[in-house]
Formats: sequence, C-alpha cells, structure tokens
Amino acid sequence: MGIEEKLPSGVLLTSVEKAAGWARARSVWPATFGLACCAIELFMTGGPKHDLARFGMERASNTPRQADLMIVAGRVSQKMAPVLRQIYDQMADPKWVISMGVCASSGGMFNNYAIVQGVDHIVPVDIYLPGCPPRPEMLLDSILKLHDKIMNMKLGKNREREITELENARLGLRPLHVAAPEGTGL
Amino acid sequence: MSGPEETHKAGPEETHGAQAPQGPVPPVGDGDGNLPARLGEERLAEPVIRSGMFGVQTTGDTSGYGRLRVHKVPPIESPRPYGSYFDEVADALGSALEAAGVGFSDAIERVVADRGELTFYVRRERLPEVAAKFRDDPALRFELCGGVSGVHYLEDTGRELHAVYHLLSITHNRRVRLEVSAPDADPHIPSLVGVYPTCNWHERETWDFFGIIFDGHPALTRIEMPDDWKGHPQRKDYPLGGIPVEYRGAKIPPPEERRNYA
Amino acid sequence: MTSSMPHAPAGASDADDEAAEGRVYTVSGEDWDEIIAAANEARDFESGERLVVNMGPQHPSTHGVLRLVLTLEGETVAEVRAAIGYLHTGIEKNMEYRTWTQGVTFCTRADYLMPIFNEVVYCLAVERLLGIEDRVPERAQIIRVLLMELNRAASHLAGIGPMGFELGATTIFLQALRLRERMLDLFELITGLRMNHAYIRPGGVVQDLPPGALEAIRAFLDSAPKLVHDLRTLIDANPVFIGRTKGVAYLDLAGCMALGVTGPMLRSAGLPWDLRKSQPYCGYETYDFDVPVVDTCDAYGRYLVRIGEIEESLKIVRQCVDRLASRGSVGSETDPVMIRDAKIGWPAQLSLGPDGLGPSPEHIAHIMGQSMEALIHHFKLITEGFRVPAGQAYAAVESARGELGAHVVSDGGTRPYRVHFRDPSFTNLQSVAALCEGGMVADIIPAIASIDPVMGGVDR
Repeated sequence: MGIEEKLPSGVLLTSVEKAAGWARARSVWPATFGLACCAIELFMTGGPKHDLARFGMERASNTPRQADLMIVAGRVSQKMAPVLRQIYDQMADPKWVISMGVCASSGGMFNNYAIVQGVDHIVPVDIYLPGCPPRPEMLLDSILKLHDKIMNMKLGKNREREITELENARLGLRPLHVAAPEGTGL
Repeated sequence: MSGPEETHKAGPEETHGAQAPQGPVPPVGDGDGNLPARLGEERLAEPVIRSGMFGVQTTGDTSGYGRLRVHKVPPIESPRPYGSYFDEVADALGSALEAAGVGFSDAIERVVADRGELTFYVRRERLPEVAAKFRDDPALRFELCGGVSGVHYLEDTGRELHAVYHLLSITHNRRVRLEVSAPDADPHIPSLVGVYPTCNWHERETWDFFGIIFDGHPALTRIEMPDDWKGHPQRKDYPLGGIPVEYRGAKIPPPEERRNYA
Repeated sequence: MTSSMPHAPAGASDADDEAAEGRVYTVSGEDWDEIIAAANEARDFESGERLVVNMGPQHPSTHGVLRLVLTLEGETVAEVRAAIGYLHTGIEKNMEYRTWTQGVTFCTRADYLMPIFNEVVYCLAVERLLGIEDRVPERAQIIRVLLMELNRAASHLAGIGPMGFELGATTIFLQALRLRERMLDLFELITGLRMNHAYIRPGGVVQDLPPGALEAIRAFLDSAPKLVHDLRTLIDANPVFIGRTKGVAYLDLAGCMALGVTGPMLRSAGLPWDLRKSQPYCGYETYDFDVPVVDTCDAYGRYLVRIGEIEESLKIVRQCVDRLASRGSVGSETDPVMIRDAKIGWPAQLSLGPDGLGPSPEHIAHIMGQSMEALIHHFKLITEGFRVPAGQAYAAVESARGELGAHVVSDGGTRPYRVHFRDPSFTNLQSVAALCEGGMVADIIPAIASIDPVMGGVDR
C-alpha cells in the first residue's frame, strides 16, 4: 500500500493516518453501479437539490480503475453478479462499497430465483443502506458515515492489526436465530 | 403436550397400592345414590383416549381452509352473436380463411368473447396462416402485434403451455387476442417472426421462461436468464427459489412455503 | 471524399492482388458505396478490419444495464446485438405468490421511471376481470390521470436529462433534474413516496389527496412552464445537440410497424397514434390536450415529441386540479376514492397517529364497535384478499414510452394465476439494430437515448 510499508513499523505516525484519511475522504470518486430504481435516486442525489458535488463526488468515475467507492444501487440479478465482481476487482485499493437499498443489502422484496440475496455474497460491503429506494438524504447520511470510516482507517501495520480485530469481532457474533430444542413445541 | 402420558405409571397393580391418598378421604356417595366422580389417580389405570386440545388431530391449521376444494376452470365457448365489433372480425376471418381454402374450425378451435375482449383459440399448425390473414386482410388489418405471452396451465393435461398474442388494428381501432396451446410433451409452436417481426424477442422470452420451442425462429436463445441456466423459471413446476428470512429470534419461510389462502 | 484507409483502385474486388498487409482500397471521392459493396462482397476480413467491441452492461450511457455487442468497421457499425436480462427480477412470477393488492407493490418496480403507469395498467386489467371498470369512483379516476401525467412529465425529463448527459451536456441533466425534483416533491406529498408508490389499487386509489395538495400543485404549475421553456431554449436550437441528433437513428413508419414500436418513437415517424385519444381509459376523452407528432423519424424528432408531451401533460394536470377543486373536499363518504364494495374496496383510510401510520381511529371504532360485517370484511380483505372471477384480461395504457399492456389471468382465487407486462421498452429496444447499423459508433448513444429504454421494464 505504498510508502508506509517501506518504513520500519513504529515509524508510522498517527498524524499521517489522519492526514491520509482526511485526504481520502474528501474526494471519493464513486463508480456508480446504478442498476435499478435506486440508481434514479442516485442521480437525484447528484442533482441540484441534494448535491453530491459538495463532497467532491459528482465526478462519477465511469472506469472502475479510477474509482474509490462502488455504490451498488439496485437489485443484482444472477446474470449481473459476475459483472459486479469483475468491476469490484478492477477497482484499485483502497476501495469501499455501499450497498444502497434493500435489494442490494439483502435481496429486498424479491426473495426468488433471480436476485442475489444481498450483494455481500459477492463483494465485501462497508455500509448497508436500507430503503426502497432510500431518499437522497439517506444516501448522503450513509456517505457521511463512510467518510467517518475512511477518516479513521489506519495504515500499514496498524491496518493489519485493525483488520484482524474486526475479523475476530465478526467471528464472535452469535447467530440471529437459534432453533429451539426438539419437543418443546416452540 | 404434557399431561396424562407423563404421569401415567406402568401397571395397574403397582400403582393402585402405591398411590393410596394420604389426606382425608371424601365420603362415598351423598346418600341419594349418586356415585362420586372417580378420583384422578384411579383413571390413571385406564388407557389414553384423547390427546391435545381443541380437537386438533393433524396439521394444526386452524384457518378452516383445509377442506377447500378448488375446481378447474372449464373451457368456455361463447355463442353467437359476440357483440360489438367481434362478429365482424370473426366473419372477416372466416371469409379470409375460406378464400384460402381453410375451414374455419380447422384453424380455430373456439372463440371466446368475455369481458369486452375477443379471443380466438387457434390450432398451432395453422397459426402463421391465421396471423398472416389477420395482418393482411383489409377488413382485419391488425398491423401491430403486442408480442407473445406464455401461460402454463399445469392441470390441463395435453394443453399445458399456452402462448397468447395480442393484436392491435390501428386502421380499425380494434383489439383481438390469439391463444395457441401445446402439450408439455411436445412444446412446439410455429414462430410468427415472419409475419410480425416484433415477436422475435418476445418468443425468445417465452422460450426462456416456459420452454415453448418456436419452430422457425432465427435464433431461439435465452434472453433474460443467464445463457447456461437450467430450467424454465415461470413454469408452475419451477420453484420460486426464495430463501428463509432470518430475524433476531425468528425465521420466516420464503413466500412459496407460507400459508396459502388461495 | 478521402479516407485514412490505404489505397487501391476504386471498386476493388476479389480478383485484385492482395498486398502483404491485406486488402487495400483507394478512395478517391464519391465512391463510398462501391467500397462498401466490395468490402462486403469480399467477406474475407482479417482481425483488425472488423472489430468486435463489447459495450456494457456497466457503461455510463446505456440507460441501465444494457449490453451491446458491436461489430465495427472503423467507425461504422456493421452489426449491433443487444443482450438484456441483467436486471431480470422475476416480478411476474413473484406476483403469483401474493394477493391481487400486494401485486401492485411488485409491478410498480418493473419500469421504475414510470411506476404509476405500471400500477394503473395492472389495476385496469384487474378491474376488467372483476367487472367493476365503470364503478371506480370518478375522484379516483381524476387522481389517477393527475398522477399519470405528472409521471409522464417526470419520466420524459429523466429521459431528456440523461440524453444530454450522455452527449456531454451536463447542464441539460441538471436543469432537467431541477424540474423533476419538484415533481417528486409532489409525488411525495400525495402518495408518501418519491418513487415506487403503490398508490393505485384495484378499485381506486388508496388514499385521498392530503390537505394543501391542490395549492402545492398549483404553485408547481405556475413555475413549471418557465422551467420547461428554459430547457427548450437550452436544447431546441442548440447546434451541437442538433448536429448529434438530427438525421440520426432513423426508423420510418414501416419499420416501426414491423418492429411493434409505439409511443414517442411511433409519433416521431408521423403517425398520430396515442391510446389516450383512440382507446381512452380513466376518463381521458374528457380532457383537452394535443398529441405532438413529428415526421422526421430521427432522434431529434423524438426529443421534440417528448418535450412537447411534457407541456401537454402540464396542461392536463391543470385541468385535473381544476376538476378536483370544483368537487371540493367533501369527505370520503360522498366523494370516495375507493370503490364502495365491501368485498373489494380496500377497507381502511390510513392516518398518522402517535404510534405511526395505521388505520384511522374512526375506522377502528367502526369495525370494533359498530359493525361486525365491517370487521369481517376488513379481516378477510387484509389476510386473504378479494377473489377475482376466472378469466383473462388485457389492459393497455399509453405510457411515457409507448403502449404498456398487462395481460392478467385469474383462476378464481385470491392470487393472480399469471401476470405478464407487455413492456414498451422491451419492444422498442428490439429496434436498436435497425437504428444503429450503418451509422457511426458515436450515433449509438443518441440512438439509445432516443429509444429511452428503462431496463427494469425490459427485463422485469
């Protein structure tokens, strides 16, 4: 990931992390993966009333190579899933994903053969944004939360430690629903 | 349900002596010759005759829909006169077919005029001919085809797959519907791409979703589903494919496994 | 005419000797037809003469997830094939597992730029099956027309805006979105949502207009024509826009008829066919409006038809508002918005209480305290839904993109047996080959923008 890897660990200053985080958050270029209805709300967020340009994000990068953020806006069908993964792979690090709308987050109202039940089956998601479709204000809120996340992202060795901690936290999560034991009638 | 089974002990002889009540024994009879109710412990010797409450014996479905019986819709045929412009269309079609030497009932199985719409059930071998007559005959002139739509009637053995064509006449401002059926075992219907080129993608979609093979279509391939998909999704015997939805503390089954009030 | 291709005598054919690097043509002027004919005749292209390019499905200017496979000869498009299905959602199959009323929430997401039209056409088909077409209250019909026309205008703006954006004119995009935001505000005021409203139900609409809606719509109507006029000033005589869209994507009337194309594309070919005028529904015969028709058959003509339709829609909205105002707000007893049939009409008026949105307290008092039958109907309608007699119906409306049809089959139950939407975008998109082949690569963009497909409707 650049210069911080070449420096011996410990030399890395927290203020560098802060500066890098601040710079990264200030001009995130979205690779708009506008698929369905949420894409229309994405356009409207870039429109004059709710302005994405105030974050420097109105320049949607049509090529994934130059994009930082993939906003998966809309339902991902089985046919589209490999394309989604390919675009994600083509993006350069650091990259983030917002799954916009319930269809991208969990399959939404379309619990059937044709829709991938949650884009986190395919790409790692940073922010889940519910809504059908989410209002532009909700999208702006999710972008601000993502900015928080980006600004507090660590670099180099600290980043590796952070990733391990997050993984362990996730592995310790209990399942949502535990099946009741047999015969209790529940 | 816990209840008599759990407290039932084995063998009448052992229980009878071992379960003798310790407290004061109520008097036997009240002097009028009525016997007292049997003490609960004495019934333990008898076999179980009923379990559960509210008469539920099988599925626990308390909706009352378990005894619903739905009958198949019979094929209806409308008697003449059909009303509004339908008779004109039927007569024009009849004379156009006659001029081509085809009997009306050779090509058309039945005619239904229902809810303000006219439907011709066309035999599948005659479909391109009939469609060409609809397009070209001056009294008919149905220039615009709205495409093909498939319907799968699973219970209708021998005629499971239907293909429905909606035609629009701009000249006469009329609408008509053509319906063709094919059995599951032989799902072939002649293609109408030569008559109405707009049917190209519609026939591909109907093949994709129902498995109806349109003979004569230039490139009958999947159009909506991925190219290597197996199965034809909108058939009635194809599952909806939903997964159970997890909440905290509950798991909701997918739509096709939920209670059905149809 | 000179070209950058290497030289050979004009009209070169098979018999000519081939240079080491392949076939060579000299173009000396006004012989392009001969060159093309010779090249096609030869049918012996090495890689590099014909290039197969894949455009999409993720591409900024394909109006959604549309994939085009182009075979190019230099800048000329030799073949274009469209691959769709990247947004297939199985809406039609999903509707078979929900009640008739719940089907509205599904079908509204098919063509997501004009959700009201999806809902109206489905409800018209269901009402035809129920046999209640003439019993739908008039207030509901007026509200339906009001929302349909607002949706038509919003949809055209969402077509013209991206059309400008794809041609490189972002100002057009932002100006169109500015006007569209106001329409979405009106939708939010009336239906509660900016898109995918699920507001139109079989039997009427779900709720009456909120207080203050008519004033808000009038305020919008006062300011909208100026914004449309600004947009026109920006685009109509714009030399760059005209240069890129005039004469581009030509499809004449015979082509439209053969390919089943309807809507603004058909009206740009000179045929004044509009279902609102020829087969009116929802009371359209009582409104006074024109149908813009142009006969240039090109992308510029289609733009003119669309922006003309926005202006006509605003006229119709004004007439609707006047009618609603003259009816007054007398309450849902005398002027209902849902059919007065206890077996079909959605029972409860919603209202916002301290614990959220739910049936209004008056309704709850009625069903719990006053009428057992009302309680039973409420319960049956909400859990089971109404039953629709067996049969099939096809209803069609003139949507923003063309003839949108719903073919609905019922087997007598509480759920649709089969619903199929004849989507105009699906049919119109078939014509992309006829529009683009023979033209330049750069003309594909305005061609698709002039078809204005919405992939949600194409793939459903």
